[in-house]
Amino acid sequence: MSKRIDVKDLNVYYGNFLAVEDVSINIEAKSVTAFIGPSGCGKSTFLRTLNRMHEVLPGARVEGEVLLDGDNLYGPGVDPVTVRSQIGMVFQRPNPFPTMSIRDNVLAGVKLNNQKISKGEADALVERSLQGANLWNEVKDRLEKPGSGLSGGQQQRLCIARAIAVEPQVILMDEPCSALDPISTLAVEDLINELKDQYTVVIVTHNMQQAARVSDRTAFFNIAGTGKPGKLIEFADTTTIFNNPGQKATEDYVSGRFG
Amino acid sequence: MTSTLTPVRKRSALTKGQLPKYAPYVVLALALIAGAAILALIGFNAFGWGIVSAILFAAGLVGWSAAVEGSRKAKDKLATCLVVGSFLIALLPLISVIWTVLANGLPGIIAPGFLGSSMNGVTGVYDNKAVEEGAPVLGGIYHALLGTVQITILATIISVPVGLLTAIYLVEYGHDGRLARAITFFVDVMTGIPSIVAGLFAAAFFFAVVGPGTKTGAVAAVALSVLMIPVVVRSSEEMLKIVPNELREAAYALGVRKWRTILKVVIPTAISGIASGVTLAIARVIGETAPILVTAGFATSINGNVFGGWMASLPTFIYTQILNPTSPANPDPSSQRAWGAALVLIILVMLLNLGARLIARLFAPKTGR
Repeated sequence: MSKRIDVKDLNVYYGNFLAVEDVSINIEAKSVTAFIGPSGCGKSTFLRTLNRMHEVLPGARVEGEVLLDGDNLYGPGVDPVTVRSQIGMVFQRPNPFPTMSIRDNVLAGVKLNNQKISKGEADALVERSLQGANLWNEVKDRLEKPGSGLSGGQQQRLCIARAIAVEPQVILMDEPCSALDPISTLAVEDLINELKDQYTVVIVTHNMQQAARVSDRTAFFNIAGTGKPGKLIEFADTTTIFNNPGQKATEDYVSGRFG
Repeated sequence: MTSTLTPVRKRSALTKGQLPKYAPYVVLALALIAGAAILALIGFNAFGWGIVSAILFAAGLVGWSAAVEGSRKAKDKLATCLVVGSFLIALLPLISVIWTVLANGLPGIIAPGFLGSSMNGVTGVYDNKAVEEGAPVLGGIYHALLGTVQITILATIISVPVGLLTAIYLVEYGHDGRLARAITFFVDVMTGIPSIVAGLFAAAFFFAVVGPGTKTGAVAAVALSVLMIPVVVRSSEEMLKIVPNELREAAYALGVRKWRTILKVVIPTAISGIASGVTLAIARVIGETAPILVTAGFATSINGNVFGGWMASLPTFIYTQILNPTSPANPDPSSQRAWGAALVLIILVMLLNLGARLIARLFAPKTGR
């Protein structure tokens, strides 16, 4: 239940501004791929192109191909909604729906699409997803309480449960731990390690230790200067990137000598 | 021998002089006495006494504070005096209106049959009798109350879908494009339309479409919705705008279509604000007089059909009772009824405002564990 992503010569624009230039990358199925790089280098922008969330912003567009198991996401006639139901996303700030209970938040992907689901199936899906997000034991007695009453780390895991409840092929995470404390971060990292048994995971992070801890492969993005497009500098096994990088810029960045 | 005497200090080095706690009360008492004295010289009246005392109080307190506490605290006291003074000035007309309407309206509202009967068949003869022989004042506002409720409900039914959908277009689909900006501009223009113009528009529209002289509750409802729509658009737009974009993105990322996201995530999140905005818009138009006068005419009998026949409403009832008393020789019963109707109208508006708060609280996104 996971698919690989191959990106060929992708240029990402905001209007006429080229934000990310000429990225080609192969993301393996059932692995964790981390994107690292300085702020503004386009790694989040690039991540959002992988499930067509980029084009939600007015004027944003893309040139090039993103292949999900060989099918081009940007091919003619492709419905972005179908793409997004296969490639889920977890955001930087936890964003549970404030009007819904914990249970309804998990079921949001099903209920908002008006799919019919029996109570038994719904219960099973809620339990399975919350178990999958390591949250079940903490919330099983208060499923009908609002999701916004949880702590930040719990909310983020609720968002992950919500994302995996629609059974996607790929899960994208945009700095999922940057608003969390170290304990919650650890919980989410443990979760990422378990998720890669079933899903393809792509994570953007500012935290190089986190990239080193959770990812199998790491991509380093950099930017030549303000107003210039971000570029993929190096993409290799995580151990290679951190121990024996091929590029000088990568070495400077991972060793803290950047700038 | 060294002595370890700690110096005796009267005051912390971190504070300056401070006015005693009772200072404002003392100044207030002095200002009231001095104000009364000054007013006594030029002829006493309560309003002037309040103004003069307030000025004396502000000057006295600020002066004393400047002498003891220094200029920063004095400026603070001056600002406090100005803020509290403005608040009292703003409150004055409100309290005055409520007081006047309560005092004049209560006798009307407790008259038997006031809420339950119409003016049908109530002629000047009965009013003359009421004044000359002390008979009870007959007649009531049932027909006007019913008319107001019908016209307002119909206006709401027309305005809310139009206004809400416009707001959704502006926030979710307009992208600040040319059409969206044009709509915003015209909505702003509509906000400033004088209500009589809205009434004339509705009247002229129905005269042209249905036939000359068409005056029904529905025409009035159309006139009121012209006034209501911009208010609904504006308030709903503001409410939809403050729904965090993250929630929309969260829904999109789950593979939810845009219209479902709007229907099931954006609107439920904003519903409390939208509902209270709509209630306030209703409160805004429920007291309109001029547009109803030219569109629904005036009736003295109960009319339960909003689409046929002239219809009374509370504001027009008040207007006609004052302007054309039922008995020109003895206008007192008419003015008593008018004040009673005014009191009912104010109570209605107040209930609507309370309702708006209740709705906002009921629908508000729930927090807590």
